Amino acid sequence: MQTEIATTAELARRIRLHALRMVHRANASHIGTCLSMADLLACLYGSILRVRPQEPNWPQRDRFLLSKGHGAAILYAVLAERGFFPLEWLDSYCTDGSPLTGHISHHVPGVEVSTGSLGHGLSIGCGMALAGKRDGADYRVFVMLSDGELDEGSNWEPILFAGHHRLDNLVAIVDYNKIQSFGSVQEVLDLEPLKAKWEAFGWAAREIDGHDHEQILTTLQTLPFQAGRPSVVIAHTIKGKGVSYMEGELAWHYRSPNTELLRKALDELGGCE
Amino acid sequence: MRTAFIEELCKLAEEEERIWLLCGDLGYSVLERFRDRFPNRYVNVGVAEQNMTGMAAGLALCGKIVFTYSIANFPVMRCLEQIRNDICYHHANVKIVAVGGGLAYGAQGYTHHGVEDLAVMRVLPEMTVIAPGDPVETRLATRAIVSYNGPCYLRLGKAGEPIVHQTDPKFEIGKAILMQDGSSVTLISTGGMLATVMQAAQRLAENGIAARVLSMHTLAPLDREAILAAAAETGGIVTVEEHGIGGLASAVAEVLAVAGYAVPFRALHLPRKPTSHAGTQESLRSVHGLSVEGIVTVARALT
Repeated sequence: MQTEIATTAELARRIRLHALRMVHRANASHIGTCLSMADLLACLYGSILRVRPQEPNWPQRDRFLLSKGHGAAILYAVLAERGFFPLEWLDSYCTDGSPLTGHISHHVPGVEVSTGSLGHGLSIGCGMALAGKRDGADYRVFVMLSDGELDEGSNWEPILFAGHHRLDNLVAIVDYNKIQSFGSVQEVLDLEPLKAKWEAFGWAAREIDGHDHEQILTTLQTLPFQAGRPSVVIAHTIKGKGVSYMEGELAWHYRSPNTELLRKALDELGGCE
Repeated sequence: MRTAFIEELCKLAEEEERIWLLCGDLGYSVLERFRDRFPNRYVNVGVAEQNMTGMAAGLALCGKIVFTYSIANFPVMRCLEQIRNDICYHHANVKIVAVGGGLAYGAQGYTHHGVEDLAVMRVLPEMTVIAPGDPVETRLATRAIVSYNGPCYLRLGKAGEPIVHQTDPKFEIGKAILMQDGSSVTLISTGGMLATVMQAAQRLAENGIAARVLSMHTLAPLDREAILAAAAETGGIVTVEEHGIGGLASAVAEVLAVAGYAVPFRALHLPRKPTSHAGTQESLRSVHGLSVEGIVTVARALT
């Protein structure tokens, strides 16, 4: 486990560095949301997901769907780190003619679906999980949701469906960083009690620290949490995690670090490699 | 049309095991035959069209040919963004089926009138839009969209529409069916107006006016050649549709305008105004000239 944690922690550090450089270069938004799920993505792609980077459409692969499509930069980064496409592609993020659009695009190898409008991923994931069940396939479907997007009523339809149909090959992960687009979750539209809501809909729920690699790995290694129930991981995270001046600051949903701030951020994360 | 659809779908599902059917808790007395024969490929998702549509995309991305089924606007409007982003953008192999298109649910009121669906669907990229003219075209269209890999919208009437085609015509997505030839005027029909248009053509013939009749079952991709030929070879064009603006009339007008054809042109469609009262399908059609008399009057004025 310690070796594994060292590996995923280093992957998390590297993809944070990539994402920071990408949004800086593109003058793009959404670095805060990238950093809050960095550790979750690193654990998923570094250890948990059964994928073949050289064969992205391998039928038996685990599916990972980024429903919070605005967190694209860091998913591109982790896919590049895993070898789905060359790391150099990351330099083209949001530039003219690049497939690496600001919201996640399925035209990039390893990306299952394009999202960007919130509240779409979980339904698509439900369809994939149902196909897996009825086909007798053993792949799993992971859907990463933001807290803000749980405002969308369209999420609660698949939450109801997956519980009713006992899709225990479906895993939702809520990147619960407590800050949505225009305010804190608590102020805008409070989700609490969040765990109880999922449980009431028939899901097996676990709450974890979404930055603690040991907790993340241990939790994701025990899926499904309960046979016959879909699993949800409510991951408590910090928006902008890893960069002191970004942590917990709404502004970094929008801002892009200038050269000086980028250097500071990179230094805090152990510098460029 | 819905009976022709489900019978054909069951037949196809025997041959093609990738076919799935999702419904939004509607389809009583229609879908049971599919459900009972193919329970493993059928889901009633509940009254949740957004989830139905997103799930359909997910299933299709796992190799299924997925039909979604509900009535009038429900599988189209409520879940439009799921259709645009999840289905069209991903070129997912999903077939959206709406029964009761047009004014089929006339007396139920405007919420149940599917009179903007063709306009909305035909602007979506990748979407094939089909409104068959009768149960025969419905059967052929169902078969054709299963063979075609990509998003399709199938707009059906309800039940009991007359059979217009006595034998199976050649049915090709994107190709109008020439119902009868003539040179005085061309009547272009889409969807369930076909029987009425054929009666109007008969009436015109009795008055010495030879009408060409096209069943334009596919609105996207549109049969430009058939429209341009009608413009060049006949005295004018009349479009007939049980739908508001933005549908067949607009599609045909776009083709004519871009080609620079100043052909006499009239469009029979519903106004851009909700119906505020009850009425049978026939009575609501007639008010807006979607009747034999209405078509004959407009066509005669052109010749």
